[in-house]
Parts: sequence; C-alpha cells; structure tokens
Amino acid sequence: MKDLVLIAKDFAPIAVEREAQSITRPSLSYWQDAWLRLKTNRRALISLFIVVGLLVFTIAGPWVWTIDPAAQDLDQLSSPPGANRRAIIVTPYLPWSGITADSVPISGQTIGATAEIRLAQPATTQAVRLEWDPVPGATGYRVYRNLYSPAPDGALGLPIGEIYDARRISYEDLLDLRPTRFWYSIVATDELGQEVAEYTTLVVNVIRVVTVDEAISDGLVGPNVVPKLGDEVFVKLHPLGTDYLGRDMLARLMYGARVSLFIGIIAPLFFVLIGILYGSAAGFIGGRVDQFLMRFADFVVALPFLLFMILFKIAFGIGPGESGILPMLVALIVLSWPATARLVRGQILQIREEAYIAASQLLGAKTYYLILRHMIPNTLGVILVTITFAVPTVIFVEAFLSFIGMGVAPPTPSWGSMCNEGIQTMLNHPHELIFPALLISITVLAFNLLGDGLRDALDARMRSRE
Amino acid sequence: MYSYTLKRLFQGLITIWFIATATFVAMHSVPGDPLINERGVNEEIRRNLEERYGLDRPVLEQYLIYMSNMAKGDFGISFTQQNRSVNDIIREHFPVSATLGILAIVFAGIGGVLWGALTALYRNRLPDVIIMFLVILGISVPSFVIAAIGQLALVSLNGLVGFSVLPVAGWGTVLHMLVPSLVLGLGTMAFLTRLMRSSMLEIISADFVRTAYSKGLPPTRIFMKHQLRNAILPVITVLGPAIAAITTGGFVVELVFAIPGLGRFFVQAVQQLDYTVIMGTTVFYGAFLVFMVIAVDLIYGFVDPRVRLE
Repeated sequence: MKDLVLIAKDFAPIAVEREAQSITRPSLSYWQDAWLRLKTNRRALISLFIVVGLLVFTIAGPWVWTIDPAAQDLDQLSSPPGANRRAIIVTPYLPWSGITADSVPISGQTIGATAEIRLAQPATTQAVRLEWDPVPGATGYRVYRNLYSPAPDGALGLPIGEIYDARRISYEDLLDLRPTRFWYSIVATDELGQEVAEYTTLVVNVIRVVTVDEAISDGLVGPNVVPKLGDEVFVKLHPLGTDYLGRDMLARLMYGARVSLFIGIIAPLFFVLIGILYGSAAGFIGGRVDQFLMRFADFVVALPFLLFMILFKIAFGIGPGESGILPMLVALIVLSWPATARLVRGQILQIREEAYIAASQLLGAKTYYLILRHMIPNTLGVILVTITFAVPTVIFVEAFLSFIGMGVAPPTPSWGSMCNEGIQTMLNHPHELIFPALLISITVLAFNLLGDGLRDALDARMRSRE
Repeated sequence: MYSYTLKRLFQGLITIWFIATATFVAMHSVPGDPLINERGVNEEIRRNLEERYGLDRPVLEQYLIYMSNMAKGDFGISFTQQNRSVNDIIREHFPVSATLGILAIVFAGIGGVLWGALTALYRNRLPDVIIMFLVILGISVPSFVIAAIGQLALVSLNGLVGFSVLPVAGWGTVLHMLVPSLVLGLGTMAFLTRLMRSSMLEIISADFVRTAYSKGLPPTRIFMKHQLRNAILPVITVLGPAIAAITTGGFVVELVFAIPGLGRFFVQAVQQLDYTVIMGTTVFYGAFLVFMVIAVDLIYGFVDPRVRLE
C-alpha cells in the first residue's frame, strides 16, 4: 500500500464556485432604517415638515417681523386681518361748540321723534358731530350708538349721550371711534326724563383720519415727505389683525409660540431625562431599592395631575412681575417623570435578559460598554416616541392652565392665554380666538401624527395596528 | 377576590394619605401667608384670624390637626366665603359636577364604542375616513375651544329658530345639561373611538370570529355577541383615566357654560387663594379619582373572567 501523501494543494477547491450569496445592498443602521420607513409614511413626513416650519416660525419669525408684541396701536383695536387701512390727513382736533336752536316749537299733543339726523361735519375717527331738528314739546334728548341696525322693538345700543335742554340739538361723539359703521339713534325725552316711543336712526360711516404730526411720528409717510392735508396714507399693516389692546397678532403669536413651544419641548426633555435616570437606576439596582423606587413613582402617578399642577404653580410662587413660565416648568417636571421612569425600567429589565447581552458579556464586555452600546441605543427609540407624544400633552396643559388664569401671566403672550383673551371677544372679533386656537390644534396634531409615524418606524414591537 | 379588594382599598387609603400630605406641603410652601390678601387687617384681628384657622401653631401640629380633620371628613371653613364650610360647598356643588360628568361619560362611552366599531367594520372606506378625521380633530382641538364653539353653535341655533331651543348657559333642567355634557365628553369620545377601532380590528380577524361565521351564525349576532363584547374590554381599562380627564375637563366646561359645579368653585378658589377650599377640594377630588380607578379595576375583573384579581 502506497503511502498517501497529502499536500496543501490537495485541499484546494476543485472549482471556484460562483458567489451564490452576497450582500448587494449596503447594510443599514437602525436609524437609517427608521428614517427610510418614516419617509414612506406621508402623514408623518408632512407632520415633520410642519413641526420644522413651526420651529422656524418661532425662532426666525421675530427677526423677520420685527414689530414689538407689546406695542399698542391705538388706532387699530381688534381690527381683523385685511381691514381697510386707508386714512386721510386732517388738522388736529378742534373743539366744537355745538348747535343750539333759538327756540323749540310749541308742543302739539304728543312728543314725536325728530324729523332727521344730519352730520354737521364729515364723520371721522376724531369726532362724529350730529345735529337734528328740535322736537316740539321735548325737554331733552338721549343719543344711542349701535354696531348693528336696531331692530324694531330691539335695543338701540349704547346710550352715549344725555341732553337736558331741548334747544341743544347737536351731539359730539368722541368715544372710542373706529373706522366702521355706526347706527346713531336719537330719542326725545319728556319732563320726567322718560323716553318717548319713537326714535330716528342715522347710519354713519366713520372715516379713519390722522393728523400731520401723527403721520410723521408713526412713520406713515416717507422720511422727508411733509404730508399735506387731504392726503391719503395707510396706517400700519397687521397681517393677522390686532387684539383688543391693539397689539399685533402676528408678533404675539410668534412670541406666544416661543413660550408655548419652549414649555412644550423643554419640559418633556427634562422629565424624560429624570425618568431615564430614575427608571434605569431602579432597573439596574433591582431588589428592594427597585420596589421602593417604583412604589414611590406609583404614588406620584396617583396624584390628580391638573389639580397638582395648579397647586404646585401656586406653591412655586407667582410673585408680581413673574411670567409664570418657570413655576410651570418645575411643576410639569415634578409631576410627569414617573411614566417615563416606568417605561425605561421595563425596557432595561427586558433588554437585560436578551441573548445579545449575554453574548456580549461572554465576549468580555464591561458594564459601561453594555450600557453605552446596547442599553441606551435600544431604549432611545422608545424614549424618542415618548418625548414626541409628551409635547402635545404639555402644550394642552399649558393652554388649559392659561385658560383658567393659572398659566402664563398676562403681559407675556402664550397661545393658551391668547385663546383665553380671544374667547371674551369671540362674537365680535373671532380672529382673536381663531388664530391661536388654530396654531395649538395644528401643533398638537402634527406632533401626534409624527409620534405615530416615529413609533411605527422606530419600534417594531410597539407598532400600531391601525 | 376579597383579599384583592381589601388590598386595593388599603393601597388606595395610603395613596389618599400621600395626596393629602402633598397638598399640605404644597400649600404651606406658598410664599407669604394665607391672610396676606386681607387688606387693612390690624394686629389684633390678624391674631384672631390666625387663631381661628390654627395658623399660630407649629407646622407639625397644624399637619396633625389637618390630618385628623381629614380623617373625620372635616375640610374646614372657607377663607373668602363667610361662615361657609368646605363640606357645604362640596355637598352643594359636587352633585352638579357629578351629573355633568356621568352624562359626559355615558356620551363618550356609547359614542366611542359605536363609532369605533363602525370605523373598524368600514375600514378604509368613506365612513372610516370621515369619522377618523373628526376623531383627530377632537383630539387636537383644546377643550375650551370646543366649549366656545359649542356655545357659539347654540347662540346661532337659537338665533336661527327665533326662540330659545336650548339654553346657552346655566344649570337646572335636562336641556341645560345636554350640550355641556356632549362638549365635555367629546375629547374622551375621540380617544375611546381610536382605542375601540384598533381593538375591533384585532377581533375582526380573530379565529373565534371565523369559526362563528363558518358555523353559520348571522352577522348581527356575531357582531353583538362575539366582536363587540370582546372588543369593549380594552375600553373598560381606560375608563379610570377617562374619568379623571372628564373631571378636570369639567372645570373649563363649567366656566364657559356658567354651571355652578365644584370645578368652577375650585378655579375661583384658586384665583382668590382660598386655602381651605383649595386643599379640601384637591383631597376630595384625589380620593374620588383613586376610588374610581379601583372601582374600574374591580369591574374589569368581573367583566373579563380571564383576568385573575390577586
């Protein structure tokens, strides 16, 4: 038998096989994969753009639209967006002595209404000057102003003037005049001050006017232009109108966004961070400490949330000049961390039992490596989803507290407090409520949809079944 | 079962103690003191007032008195409303809030279950799209805006008809309750609809449903007996948080619709810094919510025999 001599060549493959299997696409990291999945979700992607747009609106907006949100434009109170901005230049206000009739005709049987009301001078935002014919037998007149046409048997509006002399047949209205349409009604009164049944109404269209000095000081004309009387100028532009104090809505919405989004984003970041530390400490240490820590978290969860938000906001101090942002942040953080703590603890306990952790330990991984390489990246997805869902909740809480007057204090605008102010004038000036309410709704909606998308993209286990 | 109930009740009592203590600590760390709002109070009156409310004693003693009073169910006397005890205020105004809340829960529950089941059955078809759009709207519009819109709708409805069909604000008759409770329940209804929809979607394709079809049961029977009953279970678990949401949501609705409920009193007390009323109502609401959550858990044990209460 011949000895079998084997050399290295004998072990070489007979034929080189074609590569049957190979990885043709580059391998994707967890985050790349998540991003790809998020990109296919159109709702989530649009929401992401909206969120980015809101952040740009908030951060860059005040540089583009530089109007001071606290500055009052007293010429334009509660003016809706797209209001007529034309104004005529006139002389400064001159006092008016009014018109007094030489005599009042002798009364017939009953006291009627005046025949007609005339404008003594064109009606402007400086003054509306009315005159009328004396009413036989009357001893005085009462002047009413209304924003609507007075219906039969309806109210005549605001009683703005009382005249105790029948010969005095004019009235000058200086009260809060705005470039709108007013219905003036005049009723004659008898000796006892009782009104007679009949009245006469005049519709007056008030024209916006400014004086030369006002036009120059408000910068309504060019720097070197001296305006002439009768010139037409345009008062300041407020794209979204003004509120009841004449403050620019757009500027206030931008600054309000700073407050609302600041609270809405910073508070979740902080309480999630505390939750992570607390939860992972409980999860890692385990045993008695874990039990004690989680029982305490259970108690904090049991506190009625909004009631304690209010209590803590009182407790953390609302001194004079305090905007109330810091107390609200503290209260939110103190009350909201346990949910994240529970979640993170659960994740840590679960991941600790995973096979790859055991494999990693077998290969000699140290604890800090395990935490940095495995624990944190694997919980990050869940945590990101938690933060995204926490933002709309916190924005709602801020709005709720501001609405009941326990939130951000008045001079500082926030979307919630703007809604609160807008609700008072909802019937006449709906824009003051609509814009902040719309922004809150869009923000909450965008963060909710983005959260849904992130949950689907990041975490296979939590994937929604919708 | 009994031992579980007892254990839960005991835990509930400890939670209430925790709530009461947290309330006490929070209110005692308020800067200034409760009598700071009383203008022009001279030393003597101030001392009398402090004595009446026990503010001249050391904090620990105040705490013990407060806790023993709480245990006896005595919440003290209001600071701002002369000679009115907090118990009186709760007794008088809580039933109003409770009526409103129960109606809202009923609206939210029935609406949520029906809409949710409907959207699941018509998945990705027109009714589903419309209802889910409304649900998203209901979740993202703040409650006070819904309340304001509801009131505005009432005003224009009454204006359109020419006489007062439904009162715009106030309290008293069933007609007063209708719109506020609907508004109050709307947010919760939206939330429950979403939950019911996903739970129903899971049930629709379950094995036992297929079996029921294959053995020839009529679809309405399958819907009522097999699908709906099983799909409702997850909805019951969230009734506890839903009650809490409706309780605090009631504050806003009561404010907007001028309803004399406890929530409005609480908000007023907070604005006037009426310490005893704030503490009393907080502890009362806290205890109420704790027991509600326990009750919901116990009910869940009855409804779903698979859940063992231990």
